Amino acid sequence: MSLHVDSGPSTRAPVPPSRRHGRPRPGRTFLSWLDLKAAPYLLISPYYLLFLLFGIFPLGFTLWYSLYDYDLAGTVEWTGLGNYTALLADSAFWNAVVNTLGMFVIATVPQILLALLLANALNKRIRGRLFVRLGVLLPLVTSVVAVAVVFTQLYGRDWGLFNWILGSVGVDPVDWKAERLPSWLAISTMIDWRWTGYNAIIFLAAMQTIPKDLYEAAAIDGASRRRQFWQITIPMLRPTMIFVVLNSTIGGLTLFAEPTTFYGGNVHGGSNSQFQTVSMFIVEQGFREFDYGYAAGAAWLLFLMILIGSLINFLLIRRIGGRK
Amino acid sequence: MTTLSAPAETRKPRVKRTGGSDLWKATPLTRIVLIVTIVISAFPLYWMVVIASRSNREATDIPPPFLPGGNLGQNIQRVLTNEDAHYLAGLTNSVIIASTVTISVVLISTFAGFAFARLRFKGGRILLLLVLVTMMVPLQQMGMVPLYRMMVSLEWIGTLKAVILPYLLNGFGVFLMTQYTEQAVPNELVEAARVDGASTLRIWWNVILPAVRPGMAVLGINTFMLTWNDFLWPLIVLTPDNPTVQVAINSLNAKYGTDYVLIFSGTAMSVLPLIVVFVVFGRQIIGGLMEGAVKA
Repeated sequence: MSLHVDSGPSTRAPVPPSRRHGRPRPGRTFLSWLDLKAAPYLLISPYYLLFLLFGIFPLGFTLWYSLYDYDLAGTVEWTGLGNYTALLADSAFWNAVVNTLGMFVIATVPQILLALLLANALNKRIRGRLFVRLGVLLPLVTSVVAVAVVFTQLYGRDWGLFNWILGSVGVDPVDWKAERLPSWLAISTMIDWRWTGYNAIIFLAAMQTIPKDLYEAAAIDGASRRRQFWQITIPMLRPTMIFVVLNSTIGGLTLFAEPTTFYGGNVHGGSNSQFQTVSMFIVEQGFREFDYGYAAGAAWLLFLMILIGSLINFLLIRRIGGRK
Repeated sequence: MTTLSAPAETRKPRVKRTGGSDLWKATPLTRIVLIVTIVISAFPLYWMVVIASRSNREATDIPPPFLPGGNLGQNIQRVLTNEDAHYLAGLTNSVIIASTVTISVVLISTFAGFAFARLRFKGGRILLLLVLVTMMVPLQQMGMVPLYRMMVSLEWIGTLKAVILPYLLNGFGVFLMTQYTEQAVPNELVEAARVDGASTLRIWWNVILPAVRPGMAVLGINTFMLTWNDFLWPLIVLTPDNPTVQVAINSLNAKYGTDYVLIFSGTAMSVLPLIVVFVVFGRQIIGGLMEGAVKA
């Protein structure tokens, strides 16, 4: 930092590494003071302006709306926590919660395991590295709507490819949309197809930062590859694992496009709402029933679910990684 | 390195290793995993083309067709002239929305990233922390109702600005550009520019911008893809006669549920531009993704 010693009578204050720069000193013009003092705030102001308008404002208002009762005729009435108590007693809401959690678990657990396996394979010395990685990431580029359109056709009851394959090994055709578990499975495969490769690439990046000596030392000590994977790779991946799992938690609990497209663009989620998620429930209440207060309340409960889910997953991963 | 037993693999040693190099050798299992993955990754996209180039009669054949047919042009024609989907309008709107959002987000994030990474000011840390915290909030779901009402009272429903403006809020972009600026621009460089009498804006233009361009590219590609692919918000604020491409596909899907070739042709046309972008910029996308992952 002795850089400035010889700089002589510079017209502008050099920025000292301390955090107390920018005070006007004698000899500085007002403009340069402004430049140092106000410029940082000007630079971040566009973001925070948007943040205020499209972040803070809607969040606050969602809370506000959730305390009112709206009906189709347009009358608005204060109801306090009425929407929340009604939601907690609403079997349709609980159905959506169960569906969301169910699909989240069915989709996420295999996805993380497959991503780890895939990352481990990608970490080997392979030919055509870029090509392989591009192939793995290809699904990420495909829009969720496109994924859902293709898979919905593949899962078709009468002419779907999957039922044809099942039929050729002697299994009766499955009506994927009609029942709860098959529909959850079908939707989960759409999620996994899109995100497994992405998570694998994230894991791969973290794997490559693990010092190679660790493995070599372990190999000299006679540890098998499998043992190395569980005892070196997995614990070292813990921070990344937390990132991936939290990401999947937010994405999984706000699931919308796949199940909506699966039912032909309808947010009802099947004839008995057997795959309606909480996000779809919010849209249905807010924009089909025009019960804004109820939808807003459901949105806050969803947020609560995400917080709790993230916390549980965070603690879980910490334990798994910290066991050894 | 000289003791490698597999001559085919000497092409490009990635990392120097002292011994035990067979630890990183691809086993048959590795190859199987990778090949199966790529096949699974590519198959739905291939299938999209197969169905999009067939007729509806062939699409519902048993066994299903596995090779592309010759009806692609005709099917695309049907999509473009379909009166319910407004597909061309959707395509145009998506291009406008995604480009506007991308340019704005990249600029806004580069500004903020510069301030957070290389300028010190009161409240900077707390403000940055605020960005990180709100990245956890599912704003689309949480803010949907008030934002919709806001657009109604502004009479913006059905207009592109109703889609564009909320998308400009992108905490990830600020986070990424802060990280990138910290890594790509040494503090000394900024200080030296100050000594030479450069104003903050000039430093941004002459010092920061040239150094963070790769980061901007990664953020730009990322933002473009996310915006292009998003579905929920446009579905709520746009009308079917002035859609984005995803909403147009949704209209096709809702109205012509069993007309697979029509829906698939529309879908294929919406995916193709992104695949081209992806293949062209693939190296940067993967590089950016992996770099970001290690830092997060």
